[in-house]
Formats: sequence, C-alpha cells, structure tokens
Amino acid sequence: MKATTAKFELKMGLATREAYGQALVELGAKNPNVVAIDADLAKSTFSAKFQEKFPDRFYTVGIAEANMVGIASGLALTGKVPFASSFAVFLCDKGYDQLRMCVAYPKVNAKFVGSHGGISIGEDGPSQQSVEDFALMCALAGFVVIHPADEFAARALVHRMAEWNGPAYMRTGRAKAAIVYGPNDSFEIGKAKVHGDGRDVAIVACGFEVGYALQAQAQLEEEGISARVLDIHTIKPVDDEAIAKAARECGAIVTAEEHLLDGGLGSQVARSVAKSHPVPMDFVGIQNTYAESGTPDQLMEKYGLTAPYIVEAVKRVVKRK
Amino acid sequence: MTTQNLPVDELKRIANRMRIDIVKMIGAAGSGHPGGSLSAVEVLTALYFGGVLRHDPKRPDWPERDRFILSKGHGCPVLYATYAEAGYIDPKLLMTLRKLGSPLQGHPDKRMLPILEASTGSLGQGVSIGIGMALAARMDKKDFHTFVMIGDGESQEGQVWEGAMFGGFHRLANLTVIIDNNKQQLDDFTAKILDMSPLAEKWLSFGWNPIEIDGNDIHQVLPALQEARAATQKPTVIIANTIKGKGVSFMENNVKWHGVAPKPEEVEAAVKELQARI
Repeated sequence: MKATTAKFELKMGLATREAYGQALVELGAKNPNVVAIDADLAKSTFSAKFQEKFPDRFYTVGIAEANMVGIASGLALTGKVPFASSFAVFLCDKGYDQLRMCVAYPKVNAKFVGSHGGISIGEDGPSQQSVEDFALMCALAGFVVIHPADEFAARALVHRMAEWNGPAYMRTGRAKAAIVYGPNDSFEIGKAKVHGDGRDVAIVACGFEVGYALQAQAQLEEEGISARVLDIHTIKPVDDEAIAKAARECGAIVTAEEHLLDGGLGSQVARSVAKSHPVPMDFVGIQNTYAESGTPDQLMEKYGLTAPYIVEAVKRVVKRK
Repeated sequence: MTTQNLPVDELKRIANRMRIDIVKMIGAAGSGHPGGSLSAVEVLTALYFGGVLRHDPKRPDWPERDRFILSKGHGCPVLYATYAEAGYIDPKLLMTLRKLGSPLQGHPDKRMLPILEASTGSLGQGVSIGIGMALAARMDKKDFHTFVMIGDGESQEGQVWEGAMFGGFHRLANLTVIIDNNKQQLDDFTAKILDMSPLAEKWLSFGWNPIEIDGNDIHQVLPALQEARAATQKPTVIIANTIKGKGVSFMENNVKWHGVAPKPEEVEAAVKELQARI
C-alpha cells in the first residue's frame, strides 16, 4: 500500500500473511497438536514457515481445496488443531460446501486462513482476488470471521483463533500493511479497537481500510469534522456494543471494507445499528463488480477504497444527521 | 478390543434383524432411503460384529477406537440399526427416525448424535475426513484404522478422487474405503447416468489396493475387511458389489426404492419376508 498522503503518514510493516506465518510457528512451539495444511500455496500464505520448523506436522494436499477442508475436519475430529490455508478466494469459494458440511455444521474446531484477500493483491487480477469471502464465511453458522489491520493484530488474533473452541476464519492480505498497532496491543475476538473519541462521525473499518480510515480521520480533523475510527477486526461476531456506543455518541457511521458491499462488514454493521440505535450510514466498498489487474495502489484508488473516498462518504453522511 | 467376533451364521441372523429394523424405521418415518441402506447391511454387520472394527459401545469416545464414516449419509438407517444392535443406542430410538428432536436425523448429524464420527449428507466428503483421521493417527503413532463407506454414485463427486490421489500418494495403509457398489443412483442406474466402471482399475491406478467382492456375502465381506484392517503398505479400497434394496424382493434392483418409504402394507410384507429367513 502507498505509505503517504499529504495529511497523514502511514508507516508500512509486514503483510498480515507474513505475520500469520510467524504466529503459526509460535503456536506450533506452544502446542504440539497444532497442525498446518496448505493447497500448494504455502510459500504465499506463509504456512511454509511452519513447514520449515515442524515438517512432521505439515501437509500440503496439492491443488485440491475441497479435500484440504475435509482433511482439516478429520484432523480436528481426532484432537488436532488444524490451520488450513490457501488464497482466500480458493479456500472459501472452492471449499465452501466442505466448510459448511465438515466444519460449520458439526461445529468442528478447525481454523482457516485465506491469504491474498481483496483487490490489493494487484496484478494477478480478479480470478485471484477475493471480494466475497466475508459474505461467504459470515453465512456459515457459528463461524468466527476475522480480518486484521496490521501485523500486530494478525499475530495476536491468530493466537486468539487457536484458543477459540470452534470454527474460525481469518483473511490476510498480500501487500504490506500500514502499522496501526504495537507489540503490546491486545486483541480479543469480537471486541473492536477504537481510535480517538471523535463525536461527529464513526468510521468503522477492517483490514487495510483501517489505515485509510486513520488518514481520513486526520484529514477530516483539519476540516473541522471530528471522527473516531473503529477497527472491527472481527466481522462476525460483530461488536454490537462498540457499534451502538459509536452510533449514540456520533450520530452517523461510515463503514469501509475491501469487499463487495453485499454481505460484508457494512451489512453486519448496518444490521447492528438498525437494531440498537439507527443513524444515517454510508458505505465504502467494492460496488457490485470485479476489479482488474493493476498495482495495489491503482486498484484501491480506482475502485474507491482509499482515504479520499472515506472522507467523501463522511461528508455525505454528516449532512443527513 | 472388539465387541464381538461372531460366527457367520450369527452374523447372517444379525443382518436379517437389521434389515427388519431398516424397513420398519423408514416406514415409521414416512420418508428415507431404503435401497442404499439395505445394500450395505452385510458390510456393516461384518465390520461391527465380525471382529474387524476395534470399538467398544461402552466407550464411544475411546481415543484408540477404529473410525467408521458413512459418507453416503442418506444410507444412515443401516448405521442406526448397527448402533442399536451393538448397544450404542436404545433400539426404541429407531422408531424416532427423522422426527423432530430425534438424535436419528434424516442424514447423520453429529450435533444430535455425538457417537457419529462425522456429519454427512453432502456426497463426496467422507474420504477427505477419513484422511484427516488417518493422518492424525500417523502423526500420533496410533494404530487405529479408519473406514469410510461411499456409494458408487457418490464416486462421481470430484472430491472423492482428490482423496483417492492423496491417500494413494501418502500410502495411508490405515485407511480403507468401502464402495457400496449397488449400481444405482437417484435418477437411474449408475451405468446410464455416468458409468463409473471400472472402479477397481481406477483406484488401483491411484495407488490403492482394490479388493472386489460380493458385498452381500458375509463369507466374502469378512476376509476382505480383515485384509484391509491388516494392511501395512497401501490404503485399501473394497469394491463391495451389492444389490440395492437387498433382502426385500420387491425393492431389489428397483430404482424406485432409492428414496421412497414403504407404506404400512409394504412394511408388513417386507418384514414377513425377512422374518421367514430367521
């Protein structure tokens, strides 16, 4: 991702997929039952880090995602804590029936990590860009759905996934992620991280959009609009309490996600707001289309996901208060 | 330990009793899949009561137990009848099949019946789950065996072959796939829908040891299962050539009985026919 804008500089850190690999190695050292499987993308998802360290507890299934999900289920049913990874689009879309039948429905304690989420993977184009994984995974009863903003969030949340007893999914990103947190920040599944106490609008974001939201917050501050940013790293179960508080105190909400506007973070937050404290909302996300090849920055810009789009959405929504 | 290691004559009597249970429970439920339940009776009888499967009905969560997954989940009446016969569940439960709140759901549901090894019903997935179990055993250096029963129609699912590739390549000798080759699927004979033959050659070329038997003959089923249980080099696939609807003359080899429940008078006729063989 582009590190600078005029208003707010973002310092780039590791990609969240790389942080996943680190956390997986930490978990492997801690828990002998942690097993990793991959579908011929271990070098890209960074599960190869685990493979190097614990070759006896790593399997690649070849390019066969459905089989991988079923194997993860069998491993979990036999007491293992399997982490299965691939590109988000292949894991979720090709493994969906298996995620439903072998994992969600019997409530199996297996973990899934889809890397290369969103359009920011860049040049490989739409066949590799997952823009629907939140919607798919949120529609699996009992699944936890996580998308961390940076390497620190990713590392911590991989540990929380392992501790969580039940099915869980994390989307990681290909590109380097702007640093939002530090090594001492703590994360809890289902608990938003709140940045600032602005009272004019709440920007509710996840993943790379958290960095853009912080840029937007700085820009808006200069224009006299005070915004707070909620990092909803857990899309399901969504933090109803933090969202209700933000709705009550700010009176307007903009959501921002690197995902189709159908069935993702915006939908989750809108339902929560509608139930607790209805306020005007606007939505930044991918508009009913697939993207294309390009650099990550070009694509985030072209498909309306960068800070200026959040600023625009905020200006639209505050007028409706 | 195994619960029972009974002589073949006794196994035949058990098989017949299970057929009566299957017909009665599906009749009482008013819906279900008799054909593919009846075809698999000898395999489950030999597995559970012929001294093949290492299991203990008093300890269904025994970590060292052998696993059995019924991947062709619609055939669950045969599994429920087996559980009742073995003492895992109260035989009275059989008449609650498919009723609201019953642990005996229309397809195997591990939430409702935790002794099941897996929830099944979307075809093609059991082999992969079984591979996960076999891999876990290998990693932990445990000697339990995993058996997965699939259908010949189910073999049309691509995921079955993803599993076949993996099992053969990794030489998972602690895994056995049993194909209930009853030659029919919902719409028609398998040979007319999408012919899967030759099954043995296909699995052989994927690195498995195929054993082809008459799957309704206990004398053939038992040694095949024993050979599979003792394998040390390769995974085994048992192609159990069976008759769909086996044991009830008006159901045998009739595609109609894939997924239709017998009416009360048909239950009566079927039970009469089966009882005459006890």
